[in-house]
Amino acid sequence: MTENGNRAQAFVDVDNVSKWFGDLQVLDHVSLQVREHGVVCLIGASGSGKSTLLRCINMLERVEEGDITVDGQCLTKDKVNVNDVRRKIGIVFQAYNLFPHMTVLQNVVLAPRKARRVPREEAEWAARALLSRIGLESKADEFPDRLSGGQQQRVAIVRALAMQPKLMLLDEITSALDPQLVSEVLALVRELADSGMTMILATHEMAFAREVSDKVCFLDGGRILEEGPPEQIFSEPREPRTREFLSRVLAGGRMG
Amino acid sequence: MNALQHVLHAFFNLHSFTLAMPDVWAGFQLNLKMMVIAEALVLVIALGIAIVRGLPGPGARPLRALAIAYTDFFRGTPIIIVAYFIGFGLPGLQLGFISKQSFVTYGVITLTLVYSAYVTEVYRAGIESVHASQRAAARSLGLSYWQSMRYVIIPQAVRRVIPPLLNDFVGLQKDTAIVSVIGVTEAASLAQQFSNNNGDFPSLLVAAVFFILLTIPLARFTDYLVAQRERRERAQAF
Repeated sequence: MTENGNRAQAFVDVDNVSKWFGDLQVLDHVSLQVREHGVVCLIGASGSGKSTLLRCINMLERVEEGDITVDGQCLTKDKVNVNDVRRKIGIVFQAYNLFPHMTVLQNVVLAPRKARRVPREEAEWAARALLSRIGLESKADEFPDRLSGGQQQRVAIVRALAMQPKLMLLDEITSALDPQLVSEVLALVRELADSGMTMILATHEMAFAREVSDKVCFLDGGRILEEGPPEQIFSEPREPRTREFLSRVLAGGRMG
Repeated sequence: MNALQHVLHAFFNLHSFTLAMPDVWAGFQLNLKMMVIAEALVLVIALGIAIVRGLPGPGARPLRALAIAYTDFFRGTPIIIVAYFIGFGLPGLQLGFISKQSFVTYGVITLTLVYSAYVTEVYRAGIESVHASQRAAARSLGLSYWQSMRYVIIPQAVRRVIPPLLNDFVGLQKDTAIVSVIGVTEAASLAQQFSNNNGDFPSLLVAAVFFILLTIPLARFTDYLVAQRERRERAQAF
């Protein structure tokens, strides 16, 4: 096994997972292990299955074959309480998906208050602390549409963190942002990685993936074609498809 | 007097108009009462049916079918026929409490049944207009189906459908006149009686004026809400 440890210790264990949307196979026998505090980046073209894999781990999509185990709990076999599982797993989407009818503060405290029954004052105090950590405490009472894209995405990250998840799934969270807003979001993700958060990121930010992750997986046509430490994947990819993908991305200037 | 003058006199006689005012106004109180009660009931019942219609899973299929049957039936049936069935059918059934209500109550029941069917569709459109990503975001945070509906989906849906909903309420307000067929002495029926006794029509005009005065503020309020939403959405686009 790799530096992510053997299967028994893996915090996230995706085992031979397949999924179809109708006739289209979007995940094809995908296996992936993530150790606790590990940061794994999923790279690959749009439609390669990165988002679907993340959505399966959060049970937003049903897995048709194979098993997914998170923190010792098998999500696919046992009769699991979906809501309990999701409370441990935060996910952040490309389009932020903040609740537009609620203020920033209300966005952040909703799930802690309703799903974890944290008293209002306590939840708001914790939310304000999180918001001040990302420098957005002054925006607590604004509605999301008054914030820039980068600010909205940081609020979305904080909203997920407010549930004190053990695992964060980040689904191309900078893809909808203007280039000058990307760095403030990545800085927050870097901080999370440094604090020891276990994370799986689907990303097109290759330089960032190289810097922050301890394992990179290249997905192609619903399969993990190649995985390894970032130095190896980015410097000496074994698979021709990986090489082809990286050179295309490099030509696009995404390597930074 | 020529024909036109005859007609003008028959409809727009100020003396007769003033004379009819108190009677018609007395009846109009009933229209107001039925309207307010029916609208409050419709708001709640229609939301309930819309939610039932959107319930997920195969287990809820009978409930969904029931909700669809309800809206199909009451949207498709002319309100005057529903009024007859309720106003004369329920008392005839001799079901104790249910059969001993006043005509006003039967009128309110008729209005509620018919307009709940319309407003259910309005709510449903609103619920479906909330993007799936909002539901995904809510569920991914660990909120249950009902919590997601209660705190995320329905508040956004209701905000969006207020203008079409108020539009349906304008219709409901006017249709309070239709339930006079089952014996509710509301404004339109009193105006008609007055017209029969007096041999002219200004009393009907009085009733028309009352209804118009009631709906105009609601219509302008709807316009205001639509304009406000358009402004906000345009602001978001930049």
